[in-house]
Amino acid sequence: MTSTERTDVLVVGSGFGGAITAYHLAAGGAKVEILERGPWLTAKDFEQDFMLGSSYTRIFDFTVGEGMSILGGNCVGGGSVVYFAAMPRAPRFVFERQGGLGRRVWPASVSRDTLDPWYDRVAESIPITKQDWDDVTYAGGLWAAACDHSGRTANPVPAAVDRNRCTNCNWMMAGCKFDAKQSLLLNYLPAALAHGARIRPLHEVQRIERNHDGSYRVHYDLIDEEDYRIRSAGGAIDAKIVVLAAGAGATPVILQRSEAALGRMPHGVGRYFSGNGERLNTAVLNEDRVREVLGLTREGGLAYAANQIGKGPTVANWDRLDGSLPEFTRYSLEQLYFPPGLGTILAQVADAVGPSWFGVRKKEMLSRWQSWLIIFQMIEDANEGVFGPPPAAGNADRISQQMLGVGRLRYDPAETTLRAWAMADAEVKEILERDGLAEVTAWTNDVVGAYTVHPLSSCRIGDDPATSALDDRNELRGHPGIFVTDGSAVPTALTVNPAMTIAALAERAVPGIVRAARERGVEVTYGAPAPDGATSGRRGVAELVPTLMRK
Amino acid sequence: MPPGTPAEDSIRTITLEAFADTIIPGEKRHPGDRAVAGAAAGGGAVQAGAIELLQWNATGVSEGLDDYARLLNEHASAYADEAGLVLDASVPPFVALPFEHRTALVARLTAPDHPEKPFWILLALFSNMAYDSAAHMHTAEAIAAGHPGLRAMGIAAPGADGLWRFPAFSYGRPLARLHPDTTPSGSPA
Repeated sequence: MTSTERTDVLVVGSGFGGAITAYHLAAGGAKVEILERGPWLTAKDFEQDFMLGSSYTRIFDFTVGEGMSILGGNCVGGGSVVYFAAMPRAPRFVFERQGGLGRRVWPASVSRDTLDPWYDRVAESIPITKQDWDDVTYAGGLWAAACDHSGRTANPVPAAVDRNRCTNCNWMMAGCKFDAKQSLLLNYLPAALAHGARIRPLHEVQRIERNHDGSYRVHYDLIDEEDYRIRSAGGAIDAKIVVLAAGAGATPVILQRSEAALGRMPHGVGRYFSGNGERLNTAVLNEDRVREVLGLTREGGLAYAANQIGKGPTVANWDRLDGSLPEFTRYSLEQLYFPPGLGTILAQVADAVGPSWFGVRKKEMLSRWQSWLIIFQMIEDANEGVFGPPPAAGNADRISQQMLGVGRLRYDPAETTLRAWAMADAEVKEILERDGLAEVTAWTNDVVGAYTVHPLSSCRIGDDPATSALDDRNELRGHPGIFVTDGSAVPTALTVNPAMTIAALAERAVPGIVRAARERGVEVTYGAPAPDGATSGRRGVAELVPTLMRK
Repeated sequence: MPPGTPAEDSIRTITLEAFADTIIPGEKRHPGDRAVAGAAAGGGAVQAGAIELLQWNATGVSEGLDDYARLLNEHASAYADEAGLVLDASVPPFVALPFEHRTALVARLTAPDHPEKPFWILLALFSNMAYDSAAHMHTAEAIAAGHPGLRAMGIAAPGADGLWRFPAFSYGRPLARLHPDTTPSGSPA
């Protein structure tokens, strides 16, 4: 008989939700194992290459659903390795959202005021730059100038990018070769390793069962390092505490598959999924008008023609982030780079008579690719997504060796969502078509449904057991000792990029996890400094910790 | 005829080429080119390497290509009957369809209400990727080789070490008023 491995805390996934909790628990004295289904790549492995099999397809997952497809990280470091590093805090009104419930969705204990100290902890741990106009790329500058021309404001977006290292190569989604992007590979994860945590890449957790002593047994498969369609028998690890942070597209699937062994799941598991209200528009700029109307010129006598240059989003319009406006009418409009491969097929030609996303006119549109400006909308959706029964393994039936799979998410946008998208579409058009600057079209939802790079809420925190899978300290209702700390826990769309909020909520979950671990006999304490040893963030949350550790 | 013989391979290939050419059209490779309709100037998805990409098992569609070609030709025959078109029997039915009818059929197969939509979207996705990102080649090598899609899109070549860097990237001046409710750290209030 083989003995099953044991650990104090088993963390599933190594993105923000996994890396942050793993660091604090390891630093506090717990034995921590991290299972990550993707590979472990670092700067030397990242490639500026669109070829299938390069780092771009190894670390990125594109999961097609019905009505909604999800793009997410699939590697050690998770979303932080592939994301564009925009790190704004969520506006105050978001925490007061009612969604379709007719009452506040977020737990009473979480507001912008109570989350700010946790945001501060993240900001101390991950170097975030408040960008100024010298950091703003041509694409961001163009968006700012167009916003200004139409009487609007525009803000450089705070980003976890070291401006001295950044080459503006726009390959962020393939992993940053220059370590300019301050991914978790550079802060929380090495600190967790230094405190004895172990990371096991290419380990995909399938299900969890409960042992007689109240601990959990977590079963995993091993994934082939090149062809993710190939899996082999893995094993199981017993843990006193399980932290699920596999991402909002995968965490609920693991819990659904575990229901037979663990017993009934809360209603909110795999429901209330939000795509963060995301939608994309493509503007094709008229270069002459950019020069004449906005007065923009750059080297070589060009006005813009710089779609390829930059670092993801650098400028956003936040004029609609106004808490006095009705819910479902507030949104941000952010300039964004979206690489070829997946970033052109959904763009539609203007005034299409025939097909809008392929054919002769689409090819003409592609010939002006350097004059494209992509605008990213983040509206307030209504948490419409529901996961169907899980596939045999993983969270998708994989089609390609990497990246592409078919998942079980269904998303049927509510009227309020469709109206908000239409409002945002109209506003982008109003800004960028003014005075003949550009032609603007929305990406089609007819090909792979709507499209999110920020999946949220599929296992969310809340006060109401009927509509939240987790209590206000991220513990799974009815299953003590299982915590969820990734984007699934965020209760609603945020109207801004969510990484900062996911990270802050993960920081905030740690005291409660420490409390639960101690109750289960783990000798662990709360109170580690930031990964680099800084302590002001710790001081900032000191008053909040006792309440979060109370039973 | 057993599978894999040259004749069947070529039926499959020109059928898939005609599909890829419908997604991103190109100019004919030679005067007698039947698969590429010649609906647009310059190379299209076929010249960009769509067949090479589709045949690569990394995509996950390579083993289904026989089915793709067979089904596409069945759909084309049915479409031609419906539209009252008489097709040249010397080439596969989809190849025999005039370009505008290929386009109409692909639009129908990829429409949200078509039961086979996900199947055809995949083929369209990889056809597009052959053109817009040369996903079957190293990007730097594709650019050096004059890949028609990357060239038409104007994608800049990397530096001598094979890496992209853009030292000039910013207009370098304030271009808008900031939102009045911005916090000191640069976030919305």
